[in-house]
Amino acid sequence: MPFGLLKYGLARTYPGKNLFGKARPLKQSYDVVIIGAGGHGAACAYYLAKEHGITNVAVLDKGYLGGGNTARNTAVLRSNYLTEAGVAFYKASLELYKSLSNELDLNIMFEQRGQLTLAHSDAAVRNLRWRAEVNQHLGVRSELMFNDEIAKMLPHLRMDADARYPILAGLWHADGGTARHDAVVWGYAKEAAARGVEFHQLTEATGIDIADGKVTGVRTTRGDISCGKVIQAVAGSSSVVGNMAGIKLPIHTFPLQAMVTQPYKPLLEPHVSSPHHHVYIHQTSRGEFVIGGGSDPYPLYNTRATLPMREVLSAAVLELFPFLGEARVMRQWAGITDMTPDYSPIMGESPVQNYYLDAGWGTWGFKATPISGMTMAELVATDRVPELIAPFSLDRFYRFEQVNEAGATAASH
Amino acid sequence: MKTLLCPLNGLRNIDEFIYGGEYHAEPDRKQADRKAWAEHVFFDTNSAGVVAEWWCHTPSSYWFLVDRDTVTDQVISTYPFSIDPVEK
Repeated sequence: MPFGLLKYGLARTYPGKNLFGKARPLKQSYDVVIIGAGGHGAACAYYLAKEHGITNVAVLDKGYLGGGNTARNTAVLRSNYLTEAGVAFYKASLELYKSLSNELDLNIMFEQRGQLTLAHSDAAVRNLRWRAEVNQHLGVRSELMFNDEIAKMLPHLRMDADARYPILAGLWHADGGTARHDAVVWGYAKEAAARGVEFHQLTEATGIDIADGKVTGVRTTRGDISCGKVIQAVAGSSSVVGNMAGIKLPIHTFPLQAMVTQPYKPLLEPHVSSPHHHVYIHQTSRGEFVIGGGSDPYPLYNTRATLPMREVLSAAVLELFPFLGEARVMRQWAGITDMTPDYSPIMGESPVQNYYLDAGWGTWGFKATPISGMTMAELVATDRVPELIAPFSLDRFYRFEQVNEAGATAASH
Repeated sequence: MKTLLCPLNGLRNIDEFIYGGEYHAEPDRKQADRKAWAEHVFFDTNSAGVVAEWWCHTPSSYWFLVDRDTVTDQVISTYPFSIDPVEK
């Protein structure tokens, strides 16, 4: 790679590379069809090809590669969840992220600058203590941090004891970080395409063919395909696509808005989150502050941005970092979050045979991209449910065995 | 959506309301099994289009029904619970 870069730098012409394969007609039949060419779909295609040798695969998307919620999340990576199932799952994902740039031969700009979750009440301190214990037990770097240390680490954070909701403690998670979300999907798609996987953009799935309870094909805006297996990986449209296959899901779909300020010199190293104020913030390597919060107050399939949410986010972040009062907001946008009742994903088999769900990704999808791709590929290739995702099956709701992560999402909703 | 027409209190600011979930009829309490209850409690159609849903006017604790388009965010109609949304 360094030699190739040098050669490229010294060349007289700089031809663009087609990383994702040329546009081509749909074949009539594939072994596996993946609906959704976001991070999860591309990752699943990559691991199917690399680990299991399954390359007769089509990845469909109604828009373009990584143009949905992969491009709309705030790119936060962490594994400091509350349940053992959740912590083990997200920890495995972070481990994969660490070596992803090398594996995909593309710089995903992975940075581990740590994450600090703030507590503004005694109940929240107890929750952080609990999370620290579970995390440490499973080998995740999380520890309780008190105000003297927090003040040293974050001189710009408002630590006043007479604040309306004073900070009492924090959960310091040294493993937390960020990565460039576009690069993650590009890297996976590039490597999958190099192994023969076809990516079909502007190809919307319009129906699922089922015979005797078994999936037989997918109808698209560019023609019908017959196939052996189907994976739906369409965060933000899980219910809509699920309904095509006659599958009802325990999902409510909300927009989640975020915004970004003008760039500043580097002054905030870790990611800081306050579940109490429903806000989180980090500074990107370009210097902008990314500010995100809770979902909208009611469900909607629409990515519009609203003034009330900008006011809510601004008021909340000014409680923590008053200096941002002078900052200009450059952009505000929304992603679509498929919220599940227990704030954990829905992964695995579905009531339709050979139809697999990678759904319910709420506000926790980006950080799970590598591990969800790897485990879903294993499930599809071997027909055995990997241990890591067994707790996230759809039938947990029929068994009343939810995996409750409501208290450990960055900004509780 | 900045205002909502409450069937009891008239046109009010949206901040006075909370969303209460998709409407579906409760299962028969004597006959329903675990599966029926699980589906009633957790599962929804969650469709992109016009949906009948519960809303509450919080200052008066008044629950009512709203037909709303979940793509355009347009309210089609609001009406009291006494009117069955299926029969309407």
